[in-house]
Amino acid sequence: MMSVLPYLVAAWIFLVGCYGLATSRNLIHAVGCLVVCQSATYVLLLAVGYRDGGTAPVHSDLEPGSRPLVDPVVQALALTDVVVGATVTALLLALVVQVAKRHGTVDPDELSELRG
Amino acid sequence: MSRRLRGWVLALGLGGLGALLVAACLDLPDFGGERHPYGDRAVRAALSRHTANVVSSVNFDLRAFDTLGEESILFGAVLGTVVLLRQTRDERQVEPAPARVSPSVRRYALIALPLTLVVGLYVVAHGQLSPGGGFQGGVVAATALHLLYIAVDYRALRRIRPVHLYAVVDAAGEAAFVVVGAAALLGGSAFLANTLLPYGEFNTLASGGTVPLLNAAIGMEVAAAVVVLLAGFLDQAVEIEDGPSAGRPTTGTRE
Amino acid sequence: MADALVVITLVLVAVSATAAVAVRDPVRQALVLSLLGLTLAALFTVLQAPDVALSQIAVGTALTPLLITLAVRKVRRRPHERARGPRGRSE
Repeated sequence: MMSVLPYLVAAWIFLVGCYGLATSRNLIHAVGCLVVCQSATYVLLLAVGYRDGGTAPVHSDLEPGSRPLVDPVVQALALTDVVVGATVTALLLALVVQVAKRHGTVDPDELSELRG
Repeated sequence: MSRRLRGWVLALGLGGLGALLVAACLDLPDFGGERHPYGDRAVRAALSRHTANVVSSVNFDLRAFDTLGEESILFGAVLGTVVLLRQTRDERQVEPAPARVSPSVRRYALIALPLTLVVGLYVVAHGQLSPGGGFQGGVVAATALHLLYIAVDYRALRRIRPVHLYAVVDAAGEAAFVVVGAAALLGGSAFLANTLLPYGEFNTLASGGTVPLLNAAIGMEVAAAVVVLLAGFLDQAVEIEDGPSAGRPTTGTRE
Repeated sequence: MADALVVITLVLVAVSATAAVAVRDPVRQALVLSLLGLTLAALFTVLQAPDVALSQIAVGTALTPLLITLAVRKVRRRPHERARGPRGRSE
C-alpha cells in the first residue's frame, strides 16, 4: 500500500481540483481550485523522486557520497513551477477582475447567459 | 446544456480520468525505490562543478535553458497582469484614507520587516550552498516590503515602492540571465554552458561558476515581479474606483 | 517512523485540498489554501525537499492567498448597479 499511496493522493488532489473547477459558481473560487490541481503535480513529482532513507541533495553540511540522496531533478522542476505558477495565478485573477469590471458578475453561468 | 446533464458528463469524465490515473499509479516505480538514474547523474555533475546545492545546480547549470523558459513565462505573466490591471479611462484614483493600526501590530510588523528582508536576501545569496535560491528568496524579500502596508498604511508602502523602477529591475533580471548565457557563447562554448568562471572552492559563496550569477538574476527578477504584481492588485483593491476621473486629478503613479 | 510521517502529512494534504475545494466562499478558500500551502510544505520537508518546501511556504501560505483576497476585495467593492443587483457577488 505504501508503495502507491503518495501517487494515489496526488491523483485524488487532481480529481478534487477538477471537480471544484467544473462546479464552481465563482471565477475566483475556480482559480483557487486550479491552484489545488497544480499542487497535485508537485506531490506526484516529489513522490517519484523519493528514495527510502535518502536525504536532501544539499552538501553544505553533508559529506558527498556519505548518504543516499533523493532525486534533485524533480525537486528543481517542482521548485520553479511553484513560483512561476503563482504569477500565472495572478494573471488569471487579473483576467477575473477585468471580467467583473466589464460584466458585473463573476458567476460563469451568468456570464454565458450574457453572451446569449 | 442543463445542469443535470452537465453533472452526468462531469461524473463520467472524472470517473474515467480517475480510473486511468489509478491504473497509471499502479504501474509507476514503487514509492521510495532505489533507482534514480537522472538524480544520480545530476548529483555527480553538480559535485564535479563544485556546487553544494544540487537543486540549484540543476536549475542554473544543468537545466539552465529550461529555467530560462520558466523565467520567460513568469515575465510574460507579469507583463499580462500589469496590462490587465492598469487604470483605464473610465476609472478614477481615490486617495486611500490613512488607516489606524494598533500599536502592537505596528511594532511587530516593523521589527519583522528588516528581519524578513535580510532572510530573503540571505536565501538568495546562499542559493548555491544551502536550500534556497533566487526563486524562494525573491518571494520572501518582496513580501517583506509589504509588511509596511500592515504596519503603517498604503501610502507609506507606495512611497518606498516606485513601481516603474521595479518593472525595470524585473526586465533587467530577465535580460541578465540571457546575457550571462550569451557570454558563454562568446567564450566559445554553448549557450548557458557553465564554462565562463572558475568553479571555485567547494562549499564557499563564490563556488559553482555562473550558478551564483544566474541565481542572483533570478532573485532580482522574482522579487521585482512579486512587487509589481502585488502593486497592480493593491492599486486596484485600494485606490482605483469606477467612474470618470472628472474633477479629481490622478496622482499619476499608474498612468 | 519516516513512513508514518509521510502518511500523516499526505493525509493532511489530501484533507486540506478537499476542504479548499469544498469551501465555496473565496475569502475562506484563501485561508484554507494557505493551510494547504503549510501542509504541502510539511510534506515536502518530510520528502527531503527543503528547497521546494521553502518556495511553497513563501508562495503558498502568503502570496497566493493574498492575491486571492485582493481580487475578492476589488470584485466586491464594485457597486452592482448594472444588471442583476448583488447576485454577482460570491455566494
